Amino acid sequence: MSEENQQYWRWREYHLVIPERKPKGSNIITAGVDVGSVSSKAAIMVDGQIYSVSIMRTGSSSSDSARKVMEWTLEGTGLKLSDIRYIVGTGYGRVNVPMAHNTLTEIACHAKGANYIWGPTVRTILDVGGQDIKAIKCDEKGKVLAFLMNDKCAAGTGRGMEVLADLLKIPIEEMGEMSLRVDEEPDPVSCTCVAFARTEAMGLLRRGWSKEKVLAAYMRAMAIRMCNLLERVGCERDLVVTGGQSRNIGIIRRLEKMLGMNTLPTPKWEENGLDPMAAGAIGAALFAKALYEKAKS
Amino acid sequence: MIVAGIDMGVQNIKIVILHDREVIAKSIIPSGFEPRRAAEKAFEEALKEAKLSLKEIQHVTATGTGVEMAPYADSTISMIAADAKAGVFLYPSARTIIDVGAEESRVVVCDEKGTVLEFAINERCAAGSGAFLEAMARALEVRLEEMGALSLEAKGTVSINATCVIFGETDVVSLIHKREPKHEIARAIYDALADRITSIAHRVSIRPEVILVGGVAKDLGFTAALKRKLETEIFVPENPEYAGALGAALHAMNKAGGR
Repeated sequence: MSEENQQYWRWREYHLVIPERKPKGSNIITAGVDVGSVSSKAAIMVDGQIYSVSIMRTGSSSSDSARKVMEWTLEGTGLKLSDIRYIVGTGYGRVNVPMAHNTLTEIACHAKGANYIWGPTVRTILDVGGQDIKAIKCDEKGKVLAFLMNDKCAAGTGRGMEVLADLLKIPIEEMGEMSLRVDEEPDPVSCTCVAFARTEAMGLLRRGWSKEKVLAAYMRAMAIRMCNLLERVGCERDLVVTGGQSRNIGIIRRLEKMLGMNTLPTPKWEENGLDPMAAGAIGAALFAKALYEKAKS
Repeated sequence: MIVAGIDMGVQNIKIVILHDREVIAKSIIPSGFEPRRAAEKAFEEALKEAKLSLKEIQHVTATGTGVEMAPYADSTISMIAADAKAGVFLYPSARTIIDVGAEESRVVVCDEKGTVLEFAINERCAAGSGAFLEAMARALEVRLEEMGALSLEAKGTVSINATCVIFGETDVVSLIHKREPKHEIARAIYDALADRITSIAHRVSIRPEVILVGGVAKDLGFTAALKRKLETEIFVPENPEYAGALGAALHAMNKAGGR
Protein backbone atom coordinates (compact mmCIF):
# COMPACT_ATOMS: atom_id res chain seq x y z
CA MET A 1 0.00 0.00 0.00
CA SER A 2 1.46 3.36 -0.95
CA GLU A 3 2.03 5.90 1.78
CA GLU A 4 -0.68 8.29 0.55
CA ASN A 5 -3.31 5.58 0.54
CA GLN A 6 -2.40 4.04 3.84
CA GLN A 7 -5.34 4.04 6.22
CA TYR A 8 -3.51 4.85 9.40
CA TRP A 9 -6.66 4.82 11.47
CA ARG A 10 -7.54 1.22 10.66
CA TRP A 11 -6.79 -1.68 12.97
CA ARG A 12 -4.93 -4.61 11.45
CA GLU A 13 -7.31 -7.38 10.40
CA TYR A 14 -6.43 -10.94 11.40
CA HIS A 15 -7.71 -14.49 11.53
CA LEU A 16 -6.40 -17.17 13.89
CA VAL A 17 -7.18 -20.88 14.17
CA ILE A 18 -5.89 -22.99 17.08
CA PRO A 19 -5.42 -26.40 15.38
CA GLU A 20 -5.20 -28.49 18.57
CA ARG A 21 -8.82 -27.54 19.36
CA LYS A 22 -10.09 -29.12 16.13
CA PRO A 23 -13.52 -30.55 17.03
CA LYS A 24 -14.60 -34.17 16.87
CA GLY A 25 -18.16 -35.28 16.18
CA SER A 26 -19.41 -35.02 19.75
CA ASN A 27 -18.21 -31.49 20.54
CA ILE A 28 -20.59 -28.55 20.89
CA ILE A 29 -19.63 -25.84 18.46
CA THR A 30 -20.91 -22.32 19.08
CA ALA A 31 -20.07 -18.84 17.80
CA GLY A 32 -20.31 -15.19 18.74
CA VAL A 33 -20.40 -12.27 16.31
CA ASP A 34 -19.76 -8.73 17.55
CA VAL A 35 -20.46 -6.04 14.97
CA GLY A 36 -18.88 -2.86 16.30
CA SER A 37 -18.90 0.63 14.81
CA VAL A 38 -15.35 0.18 13.45
CA SER A 39 -14.45 -3.53 13.65
CA SER A 40 -16.44 -6.73 13.39
CA LYS A 41 -15.26 -9.62 15.52
CA ALA A 42 -16.21 -13.30 15.51
CA ALA A 43 -15.19 -16.28 17.62
CA ILE A 44 -15.91 -19.98 17.19
CA MET A 45 -15.73 -22.12 20.31
CA VAL A 46 -15.47 -25.88 20.76
CA ASP A 47 -17.04 -26.92 24.07
CA GLY A 48 -16.54 -23.39 25.32
CA GLN A 49 -12.84 -23.10 24.29
CA ILE A 50 -11.63 -20.73 21.58
CA TYR A 51 -10.99 -22.52 18.31
CA SER A 52 -11.01 -19.67 15.81
CA VAL A 53 -11.20 -15.89 16.01
CA SER A 54 -11.05 -13.04 13.53
CA ILE A 55 -11.28 -9.27 13.42
CA MET A 56 -12.08 -7.26 10.32
CA ARG A 57 -13.42 -3.85 9.41
CA THR A 58 -17.08 -3.09 9.67
CA GLY A 59 -18.36 -1.99 6.27
CA SER A 60 -21.33 0.22 5.52
CA SER A 61 -23.75 -2.66 6.03
CA SER A 62 -23.87 -4.42 9.41
CA SER A 63 -25.34 -7.63 7.97
CA ASP A 64 -22.68 -7.90 5.24
CA SER A 65 -19.98 -7.28 7.84
CA ALA A 66 -21.42 -9.99 10.09
CA ARG A 67 -21.55 -12.45 7.19
CA LYS A 68 -17.99 -11.69 6.06
CA VAL A 69 -16.40 -11.94 9.50
CA MET A 70 -18.23 -15.23 10.14
CA GLU A 71 -17.03 -16.64 6.80
CA TRP A 72 -13.47 -15.65 7.60
CA THR A 73 -13.63 -17.21 11.06
CA LEU A 74 -14.80 -20.49 9.49
CA GLU A 75 -11.84 -20.49 7.07
CA GLY A 76 -9.29 -23.23 7.81
CA THR A 77 -11.45 -24.79 10.53
CA GLY A 78 -12.95 -27.56 8.39
CA LEU A 79 -16.36 -26.35 9.60
CA LYS A 80 -19.40 -25.07 7.74
CA LEU A 81 -21.86 -22.53 9.06
CA SER A 82 -24.38 -25.34 9.54
CA ASP A 83 -21.97 -27.13 11.91
CA ILE A 84 -22.36 -24.32 14.42
CA ARG A 85 -25.11 -25.24 16.88
CA TYR A 86 -25.84 -21.77 18.17
CA ILE A 87 -24.75 -18.24 17.26
CA VAL A 88 -25.19 -15.11 19.40
CA GLY A 89 -24.96 -11.65 17.84
CA THR A 90 -23.82 -8.64 19.85
CA GLY A 91 -22.43 -5.13 19.45
CA TYR A 92 -23.74 -1.95 18.01
CA GLY A 93 -24.95 -3.73 14.83
CA ARG A 94 -26.31 -6.79 16.66
CA VAL A 95 -29.84 -6.49 15.29
CA ASN A 96 -28.37 -7.03 11.83
CA VAL A 97 -26.52 -10.32 12.34
CA PRO A 98 -28.48 -12.53 9.94
CA MET A 99 -27.17 -15.93 11.07
CA ALA A 100 -27.64 -15.30 14.80
CA HIS A 101 -30.09 -17.41 16.81
CA ASN A 102 -30.19 -14.77 19.47
CA THR A 103 -28.78 -11.34 20.36
CA LEU A 104 -27.36 -10.01 23.61
CA THR A 105 -25.99 -6.61 24.65
CA GLU A 106 -22.25 -6.08 24.32
CA ILE A 107 -22.20 -5.20 28.02
CA ALA A 108 -23.15 -8.74 29.03
CA CYS A 109 -20.84 -10.21 26.39
CA HIS A 110 -17.77 -8.15 27.36
CA ALA A 111 -18.18 -9.12 31.01
CA LYS A 112 -18.53 -12.80 30.09
CA GLY A 113 -15.62 -12.59 27.65
CA ALA A 114 -13.36 -10.83 30.18
CA ASN A 115 -14.17 -13.52 32.73
CA TYR A 116 -13.03 -16.15 30.21
CA ILE A 117 -9.90 -14.26 29.10
CA TRP A 118 -8.56 -13.30 32.54
CA GLY A 119 -10.43 -15.58 34.92
CA PRO A 120 -12.82 -15.17 37.88
CA THR A 121 -10.88 -12.40 39.68
CA VAL A 122 -12.05 -9.74 37.19
CA ARG A 123 -14.49 -7.31 38.82
CA THR A 124 -14.29 -4.22 36.63
CA ILE A 125 -14.12 -4.03 32.85
CA LEU A 126 -13.41 -0.89 30.88
CA ASP A 127 -14.51 -1.43 27.29
CA VAL A 128 -13.29 1.29 24.94
CA GLY A 129 -14.57 0.90 21.42
CA GLY A 130 -14.76 3.10 18.36
CA GLN A 131 -17.74 5.07 19.63
CA ASP A 132 -18.22 4.15 23.22
CA ILE A 133 -16.71 3.78 26.65
CA LYS A 134 -18.33 1.40 29.08
CA ALA A 135 -17.41 0.77 32.69
CA ILE A 136 -18.84 -2.61 33.72
CA LYS A 137 -18.81 -4.31 37.11
CA CYS A 138 -19.27 -8.07 37.32
CA ASP A 139 -19.15 -10.99 39.74
CA GLU A 140 -16.80 -13.99 39.72
CA LYS A 141 -18.90 -15.65 37.02
CA GLY A 142 -18.77 -12.65 34.69
CA LYS A 143 -22.37 -11.66 35.42
CA VAL A 144 -23.00 -7.91 35.08
CA LEU A 145 -23.76 -6.17 38.38
CA ALA A 146 -23.69 -2.54 37.22
CA PHE A 147 -22.49 -0.48 34.29
CA LEU A 148 -22.14 3.08 33.03
CA MET A 149 -21.55 4.29 29.50
CA ASN A 150 -21.11 7.46 27.48
CA ASP A 151 -24.55 7.75 25.95
CA LYS A 152 -24.43 11.46 25.18
CA CYS A 153 -20.94 12.21 23.92
CA ALA A 154 -18.21 10.41 21.97
CA ALA A 155 -15.33 12.26 23.65
CA GLY A 156 -12.72 9.86 24.97
CA THR A 157 -13.66 7.00 22.65
CA GLY A 158 -11.44 5.35 20.04
CA ARG A 159 -12.83 7.67 17.40
CA GLY A 160 -10.55 10.49 18.60
CA MET A 161 -7.50 8.24 18.15
CA GLU A 162 -8.60 7.47 14.59
CA VAL A 163 -8.82 11.17 13.78
CA LEU A 164 -5.31 11.77 15.17
CA ALA A 165 -3.87 8.70 13.41
CA ASP A 166 -5.13 10.10 10.15
CA LEU A 167 -3.91 13.63 10.82
CA LEU A 168 -0.46 12.69 12.14
CA LYS A 169 -0.01 9.78 9.71
CA ILE A 170 0.84 7.31 12.46
CA PRO A 171 -0.59 3.78 12.39
CA ILE A 172 -3.17 3.52 15.17
CA GLU A 173 -1.38 0.49 16.63
CA GLU A 174 1.79 2.52 17.25
CA MET A 175 0.23 5.60 18.82
CA GLY A 176 0.22 4.32 22.41
CA GLU A 177 3.96 3.53 22.49
CA MET A 178 4.73 6.80 20.77
CA SER A 179 2.77 8.86 23.31
CA LEU A 180 4.98 7.49 26.10
CA ARG A 181 8.09 8.94 24.46
CA VAL A 182 7.79 12.38 26.08
CA ASP A 183 10.28 13.82 28.55
CA GLU A 184 7.56 15.38 30.62
CA GLU A 185 3.85 14.65 30.67
CA PRO A 186 2.03 17.67 29.14
CA ASP A 187 -1.26 19.06 30.44
CA PRO A 188 -4.29 17.29 28.97
CA VAL A 189 -5.98 18.96 25.99
CA SER A 190 -8.85 21.15 27.17
CA CYS A 191 -11.34 19.83 24.65
CA THR A 192 -11.86 16.14 23.87
CA CYS A 193 -14.81 16.66 21.50
CA VAL A 194 -14.01 14.29 18.62
CA ALA A 195 -15.37 16.75 16.09
CA PHE A 196 -12.77 19.31 17.22
CA ALA A 197 -9.86 16.84 17.65
CA ARG A 198 -8.33 17.69 14.30
CA THR A 199 -8.29 21.46 14.77
CA GLU A 200 -7.23 21.10 18.40
CA ALA A 201 -4.22 18.95 17.40
CA MET A 202 -3.33 21.21 14.48
CA GLY A 203 -3.29 24.17 16.83
CA LEU A 204 -0.81 22.40 19.12
CA LEU A 205 1.42 21.32 16.22
CA ARG A 206 1.46 24.90 14.97
CA ARG A 207 2.66 25.97 18.40
CA GLY A 208 5.64 23.70 17.84
CA TRP A 209 4.51 20.66 19.84
CA SER A 210 5.94 17.28 18.76
CA LYS A 211 3.57 14.56 17.60
CA GLU A 212 4.49 12.61 20.73
CA LYS A 213 3.50 15.50 22.96
CA VAL A 214 0.20 16.05 21.15
CA LEU A 215 -0.63 12.35 21.55
CA ALA A 216 0.35 12.43 25.22
CA ALA A 217 -1.88 15.45 25.90
CA TYR A 218 -4.80 13.92 24.05
CA MET A 219 -4.48 10.47 25.63
CA ARG A 220 -4.20 12.01 29.05
CA ALA A 221 -7.50 13.80 28.51
CA MET A 222 -9.08 10.54 27.28
CA ALA A 223 -7.77 8.69 30.33
CA ILE A 224 -9.32 11.35 32.60
CA ARG A 225 -12.73 10.71 31.04
CA MET A 226 -12.32 6.96 31.44
CA CYS A 227 -11.15 7.42 35.01
CA ASN A 228 -14.25 9.51 35.83
CA LEU A 229 -16.55 6.85 34.42
CA LEU A 230 -14.75 4.11 36.36
CA GLU A 231 -14.90 6.08 39.59
CA ARG A 232 -18.62 6.70 39.13
CA VAL A 233 -19.33 3.00 38.71
CA GLY A 234 -16.94 2.16 41.57
CA CYS A 235 -13.71 0.65 40.26
CA GLU A 236 -12.67 -2.57 42.01
CA ARG A 237 -9.81 -5.01 41.49
CA ASP A 238 -9.15 -6.77 39.20
CA LEU A 239 -9.50 -4.21 36.45
CA VAL A 240 -9.16 -5.09 32.76
CA VAL A 241 -9.48 -3.17 29.50
CA THR A 242 -11.29 -4.59 26.46
CA GLY A 243 -12.19 -3.21 23.03
CA GLY A 244 -9.89 -1.62 20.46
CA GLN A 245 -8.19 0.69 22.95
CA SER A 246 -7.03 -2.33 24.99
CA ARG A 247 -4.16 -2.22 22.46
CA ASN A 248 -3.28 1.36 23.45
CA ILE A 249 -0.55 1.23 26.06
CA GLY A 250 -0.45 5.05 26.19
CA ILE A 251 -3.96 5.20 27.55
CA ILE A 252 -3.63 2.17 29.82
CA ARG A 253 -0.45 3.43 31.51
CA ARG A 254 -1.97 6.86 32.12
CA LEU A 255 -5.20 5.38 33.41
CA GLU A 256 -3.33 3.11 35.83
CA LYS A 257 -1.40 6.06 37.20
CA MET A 258 -4.55 8.13 37.74
CA LEU A 259 -6.46 5.28 39.37
CA GLY A 260 -3.49 4.06 41.39
CA MET A 261 -4.44 0.58 40.21
CA ASN A 262 -2.82 -1.71 37.66
CA THR A 263 -4.79 -3.50 34.98
CA LEU A 264 -4.31 -7.22 34.41
CA PRO A 265 -1.77 -7.74 31.61
CA THR A 266 -3.02 -8.57 28.13
CA PRO A 267 -2.60 -12.28 27.30
CA LYS A 268 -0.57 -13.42 24.26
CA TRP A 269 -3.65 -13.26 22.07
CA GLU A 270 -1.64 -13.69 18.86
CA GLU A 271 -1.06 -17.30 20.02
CA ASN A 272 -4.01 -18.27 22.19
CA GLY A 273 -6.83 -16.16 20.73
CA LEU A 274 -7.55 -14.53 24.12
CA ASP A 275 -7.89 -11.13 22.48
CA PRO A 276 -9.39 -8.37 24.65
CA MET A 277 -10.49 -6.61 21.47
CA ALA A 278 -12.62 -9.70 20.68
CA ALA A 279 -13.96 -10.05 24.25
CA GLY A 280 -17.50 -9.30 23.08
CA ALA A 281 -17.46 -12.03 20.43
CA ILE A 282 -15.85 -14.49 22.86
CA GLY A 283 -18.50 -13.74 25.50
CA ALA A 284 -21.25 -14.10 22.88
CA ALA A 285 -19.90 -17.53 21.87
CA LEU A 286 -19.94 -18.61 25.55
CA PHE A 287 -23.53 -17.40 25.95
CA ALA A 288 -24.33 -19.32 22.76
CA LYS A 289 -23.12 -22.53 24.39
CA ALA A 290 -25.22 -21.90 27.51
CA LEU A 291 -28.29 -21.05 25.42
CA TYR A 292 -27.83 -24.14 23.26
CA GLU A 293 -27.57 -26.41 26.30
CA LYS A 294 -30.62 -24.75 27.86
CA ALA A 295 -32.65 -25.21 24.69
CA LYS A 296 -31.65 -28.87 24.46
CA SER A 297 -32.48 -29.82 28.05
CA MET B 1 -16.25 59.77 14.89
CA ILE B 2 -14.87 56.67 13.14
CA VAL B 3 -14.19 53.39 14.94
CA ALA B 4 -13.86 49.69 14.08
CA GLY B 5 -14.79 46.34 15.61
CA ILE B 6 -13.07 43.08 14.75
CA ASP B 7 -14.42 39.62 15.50
CA MET B 8 -11.66 36.97 15.42
CA GLY B 9 -13.84 33.95 14.74
CA VAL B 10 -12.63 30.37 14.45
CA GLN B 11 -13.71 30.16 10.83
CA ASN B 12 -13.99 33.77 9.66
CA ILE B 13 -12.67 37.14 10.70
CA LYS B 14 -15.22 39.94 10.48
CA ILE B 15 -14.69 43.69 10.58
CA VAL B 16 -17.21 46.51 10.87
CA ILE B 17 -16.30 50.21 10.54
CA LEU B 18 -18.70 52.69 12.09
CA HIS B 19 -19.04 56.40 11.36
CA ASP B 20 -21.02 57.58 14.37
CA ARG B 21 -23.93 55.16 14.34
CA GLU B 22 -23.73 54.19 10.71
CA VAL B 23 -21.94 51.15 9.29
CA ILE B 24 -19.76 52.48 6.49
CA ALA B 25 -17.75 49.35 5.67
CA LYS B 26 -17.43 45.70 6.54
CA SER B 27 -15.31 42.75 5.49
CA ILE B 28 -15.11 39.03 6.08
CA ILE B 29 -12.08 36.75 5.49
CA PRO B 30 -11.49 33.08 6.37
CA SER B 31 -9.28 32.82 9.47
CA GLY B 32 -7.08 30.13 7.91
CA PHE B 33 -3.79 29.08 9.44
CA GLU B 34 -2.55 32.57 10.18
CA PRO B 35 -5.42 34.47 11.75
CA ARG B 36 -3.32 37.57 12.38
CA ARG B 37 -2.37 37.91 8.72
CA ALA B 38 -5.96 37.26 7.72
CA ALA B 39 -7.11 39.96 10.13
CA GLU B 40 -4.67 42.49 8.65
CA LYS B 41 -6.02 41.67 5.23
CA ALA B 42 -9.59 42.06 6.45
CA PHE B 43 -8.65 45.53 7.77
CA GLU B 44 -7.14 46.47 4.40
CA GLU B 45 -10.33 45.47 2.63
CA ALA B 46 -12.66 47.28 5.02
CA LEU B 47 -10.52 50.43 4.95
CA LYS B 48 -10.48 50.36 1.16
CA GLU B 49 -14.26 50.11 1.08
CA ALA B 50 -14.54 53.02 3.55
CA LYS B 51 -11.86 54.98 1.62
CA LEU B 52 -9.99 55.53 4.87
CA SER B 53 -6.53 54.91 6.24
CA LEU B 54 -5.82 53.08 9.49
CA LYS B 55 -4.78 56.38 11.13
CA GLU B 56 -8.30 57.72 10.72
CA ILE B 57 -9.80 54.95 12.89
CA GLN B 58 -9.97 56.43 16.37
CA HIS B 59 -10.47 53.20 18.30
CA VAL B 60 -10.44 49.48 17.50
CA THR B 61 -12.17 46.93 19.75
CA ALA B 62 -11.58 43.21 19.28
CA THR B 63 -13.69 40.20 20.25
CA GLY B 64 -14.00 36.53 19.31
CA THR B 65 -12.29 33.23 20.09
CA GLY B 66 -8.93 34.42 18.73
CA VAL B 67 -9.14 37.87 20.34
CA GLU B 68 -5.53 37.75 21.56
CA MET B 69 -4.34 37.59 17.94
CA ALA B 70 -6.22 40.69 16.81
CA PRO B 71 -4.06 43.43 15.24
CA TYR B 72 -4.45 47.17 16.00
CA ALA B 73 -6.73 46.48 18.97
CA ASP B 74 -7.05 49.31 21.54
CA SER B 75 -9.49 47.34 23.70
CA THR B 76 -11.36 44.05 23.85
CA ILE B 77 -14.91 43.00 24.68
CA SER B 78 -16.37 39.59 25.50
CA MET B 79 -18.40 37.86 22.81
CA ILE B 80 -21.38 37.87 25.16
CA ALA B 81 -21.30 41.63 25.67
CA ALA B 82 -20.72 42.19 21.95
CA ASP B 83 -23.80 40.12 21.10
CA ALA B 84 -25.98 42.11 23.50
CA LYS B 85 -24.78 45.48 22.19
CA ALA B 86 -25.27 44.49 18.57
CA GLY B 87 -28.68 42.91 19.23
CA VAL B 88 -30.16 46.03 20.81
CA PHE B 89 -28.55 48.27 18.18
CA LEU B 90 -30.12 46.23 15.36
CA TYR B 91 -33.50 45.75 17.07
CA PRO B 92 -34.16 48.16 19.97
CA SER B 93 -36.77 45.74 21.31
CA ALA B 94 -34.33 42.78 21.35
CA ARG B 95 -33.95 41.18 24.79
CA THR B 96 -32.62 37.74 23.87
CA ILE B 97 -29.76 37.26 21.43
CA ILE B 98 -28.97 33.76 20.21
CA ASP B 99 -25.58 33.54 18.49
CA VAL B 100 -24.77 30.30 16.68
CA GLY B 101 -21.22 30.29 15.34
CA ALA B 102 -18.87 27.80 13.74
CA GLU B 103 -17.72 26.16 16.97
CA GLU B 104 -19.66 27.83 19.76
CA SER B 105 -23.08 29.16 20.56
CA ARG B 106 -24.45 31.58 23.10
CA VAL B 107 -27.79 32.74 24.41
CA VAL B 108 -27.63 36.23 25.93
CA VAL B 109 -30.44 38.01 27.77
CA CYS B 110 -30.05 41.80 28.08
CA ASP B 111 -31.90 44.99 28.99
CA GLU B 112 -32.93 47.85 26.71
CA LYS B 113 -29.43 49.37 26.93
CA GLY B 114 -27.78 46.15 25.83
CA THR B 115 -26.44 45.36 29.30
CA VAL B 116 -26.07 41.60 29.83
CA LEU B 117 -28.43 40.18 32.46
CA GLU B 118 -27.95 36.44 31.91
CA PHE B 119 -26.21 34.12 29.48
CA ALA B 120 -25.60 30.46 28.64
CA ILE B 121 -22.82 29.08 26.45
CA ASN B 122 -22.14 25.90 24.55
CA GLU B 123 -18.42 25.42 24.07
CA ARG B 124 -15.93 22.60 23.65
CA CYS B 125 -18.68 20.50 22.08
CA ALA B 126 -19.44 20.56 18.39
CA ALA B 127 -23.05 19.41 18.78
CA GLY B 128 -24.42 22.90 19.44
CA SER B 129 -22.62 24.74 16.65
CA GLY B 130 -22.15 25.18 12.93
CA ALA B 131 -19.63 22.32 13.03
CA PHE B 132 -22.58 19.99 13.60
CA LEU B 133 -24.22 21.07 10.34
CA GLU B 134 -20.94 20.78 8.42
CA ALA B 135 -20.33 17.24 9.65
CA MET B 136 -23.91 16.18 8.95
CA ALA B 137 -23.94 17.69 5.43
CA ARG B 138 -20.78 15.70 4.72
CA ALA B 139 -22.42 12.50 5.99
CA LEU B 140 -25.54 13.21 3.94
CA GLU B 141 -23.38 14.08 0.90
CA VAL B 142 -25.12 17.37 0.19
CA ARG B 143 -23.62 20.85 0.02
CA LEU B 144 -24.23 22.77 3.22
CA GLU B 145 -25.52 25.73 1.20
CA GLU B 146 -28.21 23.49 -0.30
CA MET B 147 -29.19 21.58 2.81
CA GLY B 148 -31.42 24.36 4.21
CA ALA B 149 -33.67 24.61 1.18
CA LEU B 150 -33.77 20.81 0.96
CA SER B 151 -34.97 20.52 4.56
CA LEU B 152 -37.89 22.88 3.94
CA GLU B 153 -39.55 20.25 1.72
CA ALA B 154 -39.72 17.76 4.59
CA LYS B 155 -42.57 16.90 6.94
CA GLY B 156 -40.49 15.74 9.92
CA THR B 157 -40.78 11.95 9.82
CA VAL B 158 -37.37 11.00 11.25
CA SER B 159 -34.99 12.20 13.96
CA ILE B 160 -31.30 11.91 14.89
CA ASN B 161 -29.15 12.16 18.01
CA ALA B 162 -28.74 15.80 19.03
CA THR B 163 -26.16 15.45 21.76
CA CYS B 164 -23.05 14.49 19.80
CA VAL B 165 -21.73 15.01 16.26
CA ILE B 166 -20.28 11.51 16.15
CA PHE B 167 -23.53 9.81 17.22
CA GLY B 168 -25.49 12.10 14.90
CA GLU B 169 -23.29 11.05 11.97
CA THR B 170 -23.93 7.38 12.75
CA ASP B 171 -27.67 8.10 12.80
CA VAL B 172 -27.51 9.92 9.46
CA VAL B 173 -25.62 7.00 7.87
CA SER B 174 -28.15 4.47 9.14
CA LEU B 175 -31.06 6.63 7.89
CA ILE B 176 -29.41 6.71 4.46
CA HIS B 177 -29.17 2.91 4.56
CA LYS B 178 -32.84 2.71 5.44
CA ARG B 179 -33.43 4.77 2.28
CA GLU B 180 -35.11 7.63 4.11
CA PRO B 181 -35.50 10.62 1.77
CA LYS B 182 -32.64 13.11 1.93
CA HIS B 183 -34.90 16.07 2.65
CA GLU B 184 -36.32 14.30 5.71
CA ILE B 185 -32.81 13.55 6.99
CA ALA B 186 -31.86 17.19 6.35
CA ARG B 187 -34.78 18.35 8.46
CA ALA B 188 -33.82 15.92 11.22
CA ILE B 189 -30.33 17.45 11.20
CA TYR B 190 -31.67 20.99 11.67
CA ASP B 191 -34.14 19.82 14.30
CA ALA B 192 -31.29 18.20 16.22
CA LEU B 193 -29.23 21.42 16.25
CA ALA B 194 -32.31 23.46 17.13
CA ASP B 195 -33.07 21.04 20.01
CA ARG B 196 -29.60 21.53 21.33
CA ILE B 197 -29.79 25.36 21.07
CA THR B 198 -33.23 25.31 22.67
CA SER B 199 -31.90 23.38 25.65
CA ILE B 200 -29.13 25.97 26.05
CA ALA B 201 -31.72 28.77 25.76
CA HIS B 202 -33.81 27.20 28.50
CA ARG B 203 -30.95 27.56 30.95
CA VAL B 204 -31.74 31.28 31.00
CA SER B 205 -35.12 33.04 31.08
CA ILE B 206 -35.51 34.05 27.48
CA ARG B 207 -37.83 36.95 26.70
CA PRO B 208 -38.99 38.66 23.51
CA GLU B 209 -37.88 39.87 21.12
CA VAL B 210 -35.59 36.98 20.22
CA ILE B 211 -32.83 37.77 17.71
CA LEU B 212 -30.73 35.15 15.96
CA VAL B 213 -27.18 36.07 14.83
CA GLY B 214 -23.92 34.34 13.89
CA GLY B 215 -22.98 32.60 10.66
CA VAL B 216 -25.51 29.79 11.11
CA ALA B 217 -28.36 32.36 11.26
CA LYS B 218 -28.07 32.66 7.46
CA ASP B 219 -29.26 29.06 7.08
CA LEU B 220 -33.00 29.00 6.38
CA GLY B 221 -33.28 25.37 7.40
CA PHE B 222 -31.92 26.22 10.84
CA THR B 223 -34.02 29.33 11.43
CA ALA B 224 -37.17 27.38 10.51
CA ALA B 225 -36.22 24.57 12.89
CA LEU B 226 -35.40 26.96 15.74
CA LYS B 227 -38.76 28.72 15.38
CA ARG B 228 -40.51 25.33 15.63
CA LYS B 229 -38.52 24.26 18.67
CA LEU B 230 -38.51 27.55 20.60
CA GLU B 231 -42.15 28.17 19.66
CA THR B 232 -41.52 31.87 19.30
CA GLU B 233 -40.97 34.46 16.59
CA ILE B 234 -37.30 34.95 15.80
CA PHE B 235 -35.82 37.93 14.00
CA VAL B 236 -32.73 37.56 11.86
CA PRO B 237 -30.91 40.76 10.88
CA GLU B 238 -29.33 41.28 7.50
CA ASN B 239 -25.72 40.05 7.65
CA PRO B 240 -26.12 38.21 10.96
CA GLU B 241 -22.51 36.99 10.83
CA TYR B 242 -21.28 40.55 11.55
CA ALA B 243 -23.07 40.86 14.91
CA GLY B 244 -19.92 40.25 16.98
CA ALA B 245 -17.86 42.77 14.99
CA LEU B 246 -20.70 45.29 15.19
CA GLY B 247 -20.95 44.86 18.96
CA ALA B 248 -17.20 45.41 19.22
CA ALA B 249 -17.44 48.54 17.05
CA LEU B 250 -20.22 49.92 19.27
CA HIS B 251 -17.98 49.34 22.27
CA ALA B 252 -15.16 51.15 20.44
CA MET B 253 -17.52 54.08 19.90
CA ASN B 254 -18.14 54.32 23.66
CA LYS B 255 -14.43 54.04 24.37
CA ALA B 256 -13.63 56.79 21.91
CA GLY B 257 -16.17 59.02 23.58
CA GLY B 258 -18.78 58.94 20.84
CA ARG B 259 -22.42 58.05 21.32
